[in-house]
Amino acid sequence: MTLVQAASLLRTRQISAQELTTAFLERIQRLNPIINAFITVDHEGAMQAAKQADARLNNGTATPMTGIPIGVKDLFCTENLTTTCGSKMLAQFRPPYESTVTRKLKEAGAVILGKTNMDEFAMGSSNETSFFGPVKNPWDISRIPGGSSGGSAAALAAQLALATIGSDTGGSIRQPAALTGITGLKPTYGRVSRSGMIAFASSLDQAGPMAWSAADAAMVLHTIAGYDPLDSTSIQADVPDYVNALATRMDGIRIGIPTEYRPDNLNAEIQKALTEAEQTFRDLGASLVPISLPHTRYAIPTYYIIAPAEASSNLARYDGIRFGYRCDDPKDLKDMYTRSRNEGFGAEVKRRIMLGTYVLSSGYYDAYYRKAQKVRRLIADDFHQAFQHVDLILTPTTPTTAFPLGDKIDDPIAMYLSDLFTISVNLAGLPAMSIPCGADQLGLPIGMQMIAPILKEDKLLSAAHAFQTATPWHQRKPEP
Amino acid sequence: MSIPIETVRHVAALARLHVDEATLPALTEQLSNILNLVNQLNELDTQDVVPMSHAVDMPTPERPDIVVNTQRKEALLANAPDVAQGHFQVPKIIE
Amino acid sequence: MSHDPLYEMVIGLEVHAQMRTRSKIFCGCSTTFGAEANTQICPVCAAFPGVLPVLNTELVQMAIKTGLAVHGKIREKSEFSRKNYFYPDLPAGYQISQFELPIIEQGELTIERDDGSHKRIGITRIHMEVDAGKSLHEGIQGASWIDLNRTGTPLLEIVSEPDLSTPQEAGAYLKKLRAILRYLQVCDGNMEEGSLRCDANVSVRRHGHTKLGTRTELKNLNSIRNVMRAIEYEANRQIDILESGGSIVQETRLWDANINASRPMRNKEEAHDYRYFPEPDLPPLVITQQRIDAVAQHLPELPDAKRQRFVRDLGLSEYDAGVLTATREMAMFFEESVQQGAHPKTAANWISVELLGRLNRENLEIEQSKVSPNHLGRLITLIQNNEISGKIAKQVFDIMFETGANPETIVQEHGLKQVSDTGAIESIIAQVLADNPQQVQQYREGKTKVMGFLVGQVMKATQGKANPTAVNAILQDKLTG
Repeated sequence: MTLVQAASLLRTRQISAQELTTAFLERIQRLNPIINAFITVDHEGAMQAAKQADARLNNGTATPMTGIPIGVKDLFCTENLTTTCGSKMLAQFRPPYESTVTRKLKEAGAVILGKTNMDEFAMGSSNETSFFGPVKNPWDISRIPGGSSGGSAAALAAQLALATIGSDTGGSIRQPAALTGITGLKPTYGRVSRSGMIAFASSLDQAGPMAWSAADAAMVLHTIAGYDPLDSTSIQADVPDYVNALATRMDGIRIGIPTEYRPDNLNAEIQKALTEAEQTFRDLGASLVPISLPHTRYAIPTYYIIAPAEASSNLARYDGIRFGYRCDDPKDLKDMYTRSRNEGFGAEVKRRIMLGTYVLSSGYYDAYYRKAQKVRRLIADDFHQAFQHVDLILTPTTPTTAFPLGDKIDDPIAMYLSDLFTISVNLAGLPAMSIPCGADQLGLPIGMQMIAPILKEDKLLSAAHAFQTATPWHQRKPEP
Repeated sequence: MSIPIETVRHVAALARLHVDEATLPALTEQLSNILNLVNQLNELDTQDVVPMSHAVDMPTPERPDIVVNTQRKEALLANAPDVAQGHFQVPKIIE
Repeated sequence: MSHDPLYEMVIGLEVHAQMRTRSKIFCGCSTTFGAEANTQICPVCAAFPGVLPVLNTELVQMAIKTGLAVHGKIREKSEFSRKNYFYPDLPAGYQISQFELPIIEQGELTIERDDGSHKRIGITRIHMEVDAGKSLHEGIQGASWIDLNRTGTPLLEIVSEPDLSTPQEAGAYLKKLRAILRYLQVCDGNMEEGSLRCDANVSVRRHGHTKLGTRTELKNLNSIRNVMRAIEYEANRQIDILESGGSIVQETRLWDANINASRPMRNKEEAHDYRYFPEPDLPPLVITQQRIDAVAQHLPELPDAKRQRFVRDLGLSEYDAGVLTATREMAMFFEESVQQGAHPKTAANWISVELLGRLNRENLEIEQSKVSPNHLGRLITLIQNNEISGKIAKQVFDIMFETGANPETIVQEHGLKQVSDTGAIESIIAQVLADNPQQVQQYREGKTKVMGFLVGQVMKATQGKANPTAVNAILQDKLTG
């Protein structure tokens, strides 16, 4: 069942929000011990919300999202509901405030089933850095679901929710979406408010929907997008009706195929799936144009300066004073800081704090941080130039399909390279989507990425919808 | 390029992280490897490029100077590990 | 100056001025001073996870005003940066400040030196930043307490060029800067309460040398007097070290006003690596020329302009104009008195001699005066209209100073109104002349000096209320007639 279908059943009162919520809660109870997609399941809150949703559905004040059971990545602060960010540091943290994203979802009547697992502080590409244990890929539980929004992706793939919310700093929505066979959208930087979303890298972080289809994602995005006076980086632009903008043809649309995203050593099955997708787009009326994004290879180095630098500063507030973990019996102030942070953060988080502190430190700033900011502009300019000639850009989302748990966790660089195709988009602030477009020999999903100019989420969703109307890939589900 | 272990110790102190001596060599190596990766940027001439600090080019909004008195002292102290008489309590600060 | 004449001082001041916005720089919490601990905090200023800063527009207005007042260049595009360091009263672990692109650069102000000459002092930059919270230590066993009420209060940091050469110049600069901030009503300027704070960078060099010496930074200077004393102490300390062949250590020193000496601050570990980088949560601040022009239009008259106008248009002496423009309150007092019809010179005299004399003796500020400028102006008008004499006016003033009553009522109630009725004066004079035939005789023999005695007798008989001009004229008339 898709979100759009469920919304229709709710609206026509063929099913109640409480029945729907109960069904999902039961499924979570059964499957979450295997998948580990949720850190916190809020039975009571969900049933309460479902009851209110039914009242709204009955009295005519419902929105299309009313009564829809969803999961929210555990870095969106939810008032009085534990928000851990996947970290021991915040294992007991109960925010006294609500993120704008969850506030909007609640106001629309969505039912938040719980908080989904994630890499600690969103730092990771496999969901193995979570303090609450790794998430398993529902397609093969010996494999990773991708990260950092691994819980949101796996929850959806295992049908533990109708939609989930993720966040994407270097691919954290799109990469797990690709590896679990679902649809994930990273909006334009500033399209969705970051207020109350726990920061990893402030100039790159962006929240977005994960769903079974482009049509579902459009409904969720419509609910959470828009200017927020609490976020100075949110864009003051009207939110179009993404659902109405969905089309089934792509006549006249020019799709750019960047050569840099088809390296010779690209997995042959992914290569094949992309070639087939290109043909589908041609059949839908689009034209394909070869383009070049020459600075692509510098995206990972640039990202691994900027993101850790911002993170090292963003994570300075975890000092064991106002909230979060504090070590036992600190012998003095310095001991309190260093031991609380040492015991509260995991290895990958500490590694990135170290890296970020180093690149900002005296004598290195120009060589690393400023240099990276300059290359960031070159990367963004590549896209701006390409969009003079094309409407969308098509690439693979990941270089491989889901890899086995433990495969890369001890090799940070190998892990970083799994974000090869997704990182440039965050540096440039662009909207991008991953949608399923095939499967490898093992039946593991393959995802493709589409990238659009700033604020052109409607074009992205429309193209994805057209593709999904013509192909069945998004309907594939793992065996239960 | 390999960074000196002493630098890693210094950076850990700056970041208020404690690094065990036992794990220091491995961490130093990992950081060196990552820095080698990022050093690829030196291939590019960026002399005339304006640094990009923000993904979207726009001016900061301003809010009106209005007091919103939240009066939420209890809620804001509720997550603190150590509270004394309405204050956050920490080990003695020595100036 | 007590320091070695072979040396000269090079002094730069860094002033932190708390801006008088109602709410904090990046959130809606109140900036009121002295509230119960941690009652004026929210997730934003207490740096909870995920919350974001949004800039207070009034702070920008105040920064523009200050920039215009010191003839600074206001950047079209300025940028916020994070200054990273760990301290319990800095909840985010970084201070949002401005680093590479401050809102204002290249300002200046003019100070008057002790010899009356003027000196231009450069202002390198003015930038916006957040204040930290407060740590409490005293009387707490083995712990410190953190109160975050002050966290997020907006500050302007005003950095001077090292153009100051004596402690006196530093004092004059601070007084001038404080006056400007108060005129603009952007800062209370209260150094004791910390709404204005000053750090001093001091170095010395031999006269004629151009290379700057190693400097030290002085902190904890909570009054203008302490700033001057600390600089004097520091210059002498440095000269002593150099003269005995030593070298100066670049360090931060804390001034201890109780013992009139400074000591090095315990070296904060890694204190010097602040890892500044552009604040990703705040896009650049863009200020249009239109906005600057609009602020400029409403800029109040500043002390220098006011002083010149008082001299040029109101005929005051340079000295009086200087005294009366030293603070905004004083200037307002004077101008309001004059508005009541008081002659400017007379009003200046009354304020600087009588009013300030009494206030000084009682250790009061002009804002605390029970005599309102309106009442003082009316008192002077009474003199000008010959309704009371200058001598009676002083009595009336004393009562005004004690009670705050208006001068007309006091004159009425105490029957102090001057007698100008010539009939009444004539009959009193006739009586005085009849009572003092000897002095009348002396006068008529040419000893005109006795006139003063006779006038005194008339005034005594009228308890000072007779109009002295009338008394003189009638006496003259009677004696020579």
